[in-house]
Amino acid sequence: MTELPAQAMAVTRAFGHFVAVDQVDLEVRPGEVVGLLGANGAGKTTLIRLLLGLLHPSGGEIRLFGEPPSRRTRRRIGYVPQGLGLYDDLTPAENLAFSAAAFGEGPEAAAVPAPLRRYGGTVVGALPLGVQRTVAFAEALAHRPDLLVLDEPTSGVDPLARARLWETVAKAATAGAGVLVTTHYMDEAGECDRLVVMAAGRVVARGTAREITGDARISVVEAGSWAAAFGALEAAGLPVALVGRTLRVPGAPPDAVRRALGDLPATVTSAPATLEERFFELTLSSGKTEGPS
Amino acid sequence: MTAPGAAGSAADWWGTEDVCVRFGGTLALDHVWFRAEPGRVSAVVGGDGAGRTTLLRCLAGALAPSRGRVRRPAPAATGYLSAGSGTYPDLTVNENLAFRATAYQIPPQRARERSAELLARAGLDRVGDRLAGQLSGGMRQKLGVIAAMLHRPDLLVLDEPTTGVDPVSRADLWWLITHAAAGGAAVVLATSYLDEAERAHDVLVLDAGTVLASGTPEQIVAATPGTLTVTSERPAGEAGRRAWRREGRWRVWDPATAPGDARAVEPDLQDAVTVAILARELALVPAGEESR
Repeated sequence: MTELPAQAMAVTRAFGHFVAVDQVDLEVRPGEVVGLLGANGAGKTTLIRLLLGLLHPSGGEIRLFGEPPSRRTRRRIGYVPQGLGLYDDLTPAENLAFSAAAFGEGPEAAAVPAPLRRYGGTVVGALPLGVQRTVAFAEALAHRPDLLVLDEPTSGVDPLARARLWETVAKAATAGAGVLVTTHYMDEAGECDRLVVMAAGRVVARGTAREITGDARISVVEAGSWAAAFGALEAAGLPVALVGRTLRVPGAPPDAVRRALGDLPATVTSAPATLEERFFELTLSSGKTEGPS
Repeated sequence: MTAPGAAGSAADWWGTEDVCVRFGGTLALDHVWFRAEPGRVSAVVGGDGAGRTTLLRCLAGALAPSRGRVRRPAPAATGYLSAGSGTYPDLTVNENLAFRATAYQIPPQRARERSAELLARAGLDRVGDRLAGQLSGGMRQKLGVIAAMLHRPDLLVLDEPTTGVDPVSRADLWWLITHAAAGGAAVVLATSYLDEAERAHDVLVLDAGTVLASGTPEQIVAATPGTLTVTSERPAGEAGRRAWRREGRWRVWDPATAPGDARAVEPDLQDAVTVAILARELALVPAGEESR
């Protein structure tokens, strides 16, 4: 049997009375990119901290490469946290050298990748965010990890830079690493082999984007005046999203939407839901989206 | 030169005409023309250093351009959420809005009603007594947008209201944005999410201070030069420089139009913007000099 980079078995973690992670099963296999989706407070970051061994489960079991999390398993993990985890007052080369030394790697792991060389003596804190992300990725990958954990790796970067970060992720997976990545950006689900959707601490859906979206449908409104139609749907208490000149109404069938529009001239049709719309449905039906803060 | 209109005055559009902004030796905005119309949502997209924040600060009257003209309403008819702030962390949610209402001279009763309505719709009605500094990122951004639109401004300028925000809060934020536009405001928002730009009525694509593309999402897509094909592997050689990864496959852009190429795909806005950024980058870094 191939050893699994990461495995959570019925893992629960409570903080006082608040259950942040509730009976979660999750597997990351070698060479696989698993996307972890969830609203704030869904339990994603707690689950990641459990997998990294930074928190201990209140129940259930975490196994990394077939054993409990330890310093030895940590050596095989590359981690890019949301805040990137770089030293702002060191240069990219110094950050990489420090990390390589901490991981007990030789100088080859501290080599500065070509796209970063032109930033030479500049400290990380003075570099654009996109460049900082490239440094954090380089640092996480330098010791050739077998498990790569990325917490919202592409927040706030342009589409070409985003594509290049995903290229880096795909390369690591092709080389055999298992990858666990969280994102708030549903377009990126297409980069993942498999998705796990969490809400209120539990896994509420898993599978490919297509499997999760399934045959869910929403209503689409095309009106002479989108603003007037928006006002009518808003007054009826329906969730409504503007997309250009059309309005999309998840969770309400066309006849209900038609009634809410009254006499307004508009056509109402049914359309397949997007992954994001299906995600709302899953999250909102779980009842809770924000943890205690 | 800046030309604020009279408070509450109606205008056909707000925006910039041939605006340049120079910070020391850096040209942050380079001859930018931009229009935001009442009742429409305009998205300003681009990466780091594109000039989005500089443009929005000009529109909000927080920065005077080095040249060109800014058409904007009077400060009292402008709402502005700056990047990463816009609320007082040591005031509660209700205190933040009461303070804004006083600053904008909204009658107390009307301010309370409007605050209550917007807070309820954004899912913040139960945290009115919580300090803004103790809100989650998404909640804080929602509060910032509500504070910026509380006085029903003619021009609502929002700098990255949704960056790093989870999808549920993002939907609430878009409801607020749509509500403001439906009420007649011209809404300008900076974003790095192209699915959001695709939802907007008008889009301005900035890169290194210059306008790469502008128009409706459909117009920007239609103006994409050349041909786009999809392959399962990154192409070798020169074509590899014109390729990028998307959804597990490779998009390859050919600047020359090749009619009848069976592998050609229709670009969407994400492709169109990627092509625009790539084309600029390729022009700046001639073949053989790239570092990748």
